[in-house]
Amino acid sequence: MKAQKPLNPQQKMDIEAILNDLENYRPIRKGWTWRKVLEDGIEMGPFHFHNMSEPLKNSIGLPASKYFDQIDPQPECVITTEIASGRFEDDLRRMRMAAWHGADHLMVIRTTGQSHIDGLMEGTPEGVGGVPITRKQLRASRKACDLIEEEVGRPINFHSYVSGVAGPEVAVLFAEEGVNGAHQDPQYNVLYRNINMYRSFVDAAEAKFVMTAGEIFQIDGAHNANATAKAGWLVMPELLVQHGINCAYSIASGMPKELIGLSTVPPNAPPAPKLWYDLPYAVALRDIFSDFKMRAQQNTRYIESDIEEAIRTHTIDTLISMLTSADIQSTITPDEGRNVPWHYNNIRGVQTVKQTWSALDGIKELLSLKMDGPLGEMARDIKERAVAFLEEILEVGGYFAAVEQGFFVDSALYPERSGDGIARDGQGGVAANSIVPRDPDYLAPVCAHFGDNHLPEGLENPCDLIDGCTLCHPEKIVYIDELDPEDSADRRLEQTYPYRKGGLIRPEAEWAGDGTVLVQLMVPESEEYAREAGLEIARRMGLEDPQVINLMVLHPAEGCFLEVKGKVTFDIDRDTLKIPPKVELLPEEELREAVKQVGLKVVAGTVGEDEHSVGMREILDIKHGGIEKYGVKYHYLGTSVPVSKLIDAAIETGAHAILISTIISHNDIHRQQMKKLAELCLEKGIRDQVILIAGGTQVTPDMAAETGLDATFGRGTKGIHVVDSMVKTLKKRGVL
Amino acid sequence: MMDDRFARFEARREKYKELSDEALKAHFWDLCDQIVAPIVDLARTHTSPSIERSVLLRMGIDSQKAHGVVDRVQQAGLLGKGAGHVLLRLAEKRGSDVREAAEAILVDKDVLVGLFATPPGSQDEEVK
Repeated sequence: MKAQKPLNPQQKMDIEAILNDLENYRPIRKGWTWRKVLEDGIEMGPFHFHNMSEPLKNSIGLPASKYFDQIDPQPECVITTEIASGRFEDDLRRMRMAAWHGADHLMVIRTTGQSHIDGLMEGTPEGVGGVPITRKQLRASRKACDLIEEEVGRPINFHSYVSGVAGPEVAVLFAEEGVNGAHQDPQYNVLYRNINMYRSFVDAAEAKFVMTAGEIFQIDGAHNANATAKAGWLVMPELLVQHGINCAYSIASGMPKELIGLSTVPPNAPPAPKLWYDLPYAVALRDIFSDFKMRAQQNTRYIESDIEEAIRTHTIDTLISMLTSADIQSTITPDEGRNVPWHYNNIRGVQTVKQTWSALDGIKELLSLKMDGPLGEMARDIKERAVAFLEEILEVGGYFAAVEQGFFVDSALYPERSGDGIARDGQGGVAANSIVPRDPDYLAPVCAHFGDNHLPEGLENPCDLIDGCTLCHPEKIVYIDELDPEDSADRRLEQTYPYRKGGLIRPEAEWAGDGTVLVQLMVPESEEYAREAGLEIARRMGLEDPQVINLMVLHPAEGCFLEVKGKVTFDIDRDTLKIPPKVELLPEEELREAVKQVGLKVVAGTVGEDEHSVGMREILDIKHGGIEKYGVKYHYLGTSVPVSKLIDAAIETGAHAILISTIISHNDIHRQQMKKLAELCLEKGIRDQVILIAGGTQVTPDMAAETGLDATFGRGTKGIHVVDSMVKTLKKRGVL
Repeated sequence: MMDDRFARFEARREKYKELSDEALKAHFWDLCDQIVAPIVDLARTHTSPSIERSVLLRMGIDSQKAHGVVDRVQQAGLLGKGAGHVLLRLAEKRGSDVREAAEAILVDKDVLVGLFATPPGSQDEEVK
């Protein structure tokens, strides 16, 4: 295996290079990795954090991190993002972006229908709602993860699904290819995939045993009950039952508890009084399952098309994780309710956790749960109902009988029944009647094989009979590249080449070059008219195939907010774009010298009806790295200062420059104030003696010429930029 | 019937009143273990086409060939012997390795005839 060239943060990942030489790729490690958490917490910037892990080497913090020394605290829990575009070669870039924002558990959803394919898929065909999981796809993805984890400085857990009718084979594939985590829950197959119950459980024991050998972390599928039942918040006792059955079955199949995780979702969502359901449930679950890991997922059951609504619910879900516990905090892309997740929404999901975790850091040291009241009583009630549920399973003849009688995913609160549970026939379902008793001389000459196996006496390893199995001798693995070269990553990459390496630019949301854009607009009409108007507006904007994907009624008659997606069909040639030249700042020493030489003085203030002073203080004060740091003396007149007053002050104090700030602006008042400053200085005959500078969030550098000022500055400006511009102006005027 | 269920539930709850949280938890796990025990026994004593294909994968047979071989082993009523066992025995008989044995089965399924001294029992049909 050739060593790979590390990624360069300034360059795109070379997908073709990743796909190259995969037949010789071997994973660099096996097993799951938890984050490194220091017992005494961690110091970051001006703060002490209680629940954060080691920071990343390369990452992108929350937008506000610029106010806090650019810190990017990383929660102690592993953070999951789900990836499901259908084209894994494009997902590799999505994985890299998500990792930079703090995801270290990348969960790849399988293509629709893969769980019913009786065998392994090979090659890289395009998927629907997920990707076909194949050896080639796994190798390419894991190889990309190797590069990405090196770039961000933290191991990445790569994850997919060991379910369906080919569970044991998929488990072997995952163990061979170094997949780090996987869903495995035979109940999921039975209830949601209608796979024959006997087949599902017999296969599961083998799959779990193989996963154990591959050190693959297991997540169960119980949470699907509250994603499926009509009243998700009532199935809580059953959720404990499903978790319990999978955990007990996993242990009986040889899996250690450290590898077993529960997939748990706070079952309720606002406008319901969420906490009264989700908190007692979370408490009950963590009590009964104290020996197991918690993979806390966010609610999907009640996600609508409104992204902000989803994010708000997910914030509360994360709060519940923090009030109880989460070893893995999974995220749901907030657009899941309206389309296949768009890659930038993976980032939004991760940010929700990062932001909540930072905000609530150390919450358990400040608050504790009040167990001697309704919370303790409700938690106990859930547990008692779950235990009674288990007793009734045994009473009716065991698990399979209970499934046949529709015990599961009934939407009523146990023991109530709505009669809408999912009942399955033991003789029915996919792959019914497909298990076979092992003969007295049954034999399987491989490692990690579960159950009766009549090996000859005296073997050290079962695979000695064949001189080693693939788990012991990976070189024995047979790599299949493609079965259908026309439906392959290579073909798709040829088509998207111009947008990745060929100098053409098109926006994207799922795949390279998909052209997808989202338009947000308010239409002052009723819902019916707003919808049609939105589509027509999008069409006239040149968008193909426009669809309204979200509509919020602001008032039945006054109007609607809507989001319309569509596709642009034009390309932008990268070489035709004119990138504004970067201003080369004079060296700090030269600036300080120049300031000293002229004794640079300024007057400053926020103009107009504006009481904001934060931005201006940052430009001025020494503690924020403002102009004071370079020796500039300033006279600050405060907020809502008339322009004329600033000019008078400048004349009075002999200042070299006037700095104005216009932060919040309506109807172009900021432009008017800027122009007025220049005009008044002209009138007073001092324009040549003062440097005029304006700044603000809605100000851009090119406004200087238009308004007659010497320089204008927007977001992200620091004191040094202002000093640099003043010194350069003085030089131009021959003062320096 | 329905009333019986609720009555039994209420009776159970009465019983739980005497259990501490710890005892209730222990009872929960005891019940789970009781429920899964017969299923684990079923898994221990049975196999499936997917399990057998997963064995062949581990023997260095690719997924496509593993599928074809297991189909033929199943048709010959030999799945209960273990597909890996079949390959091993055939390889022994032919003096080849297991990969060659897999190829041989794909070319001509009749190579499986008479491979095991005692003909496989009719229990292959007995399916749970």
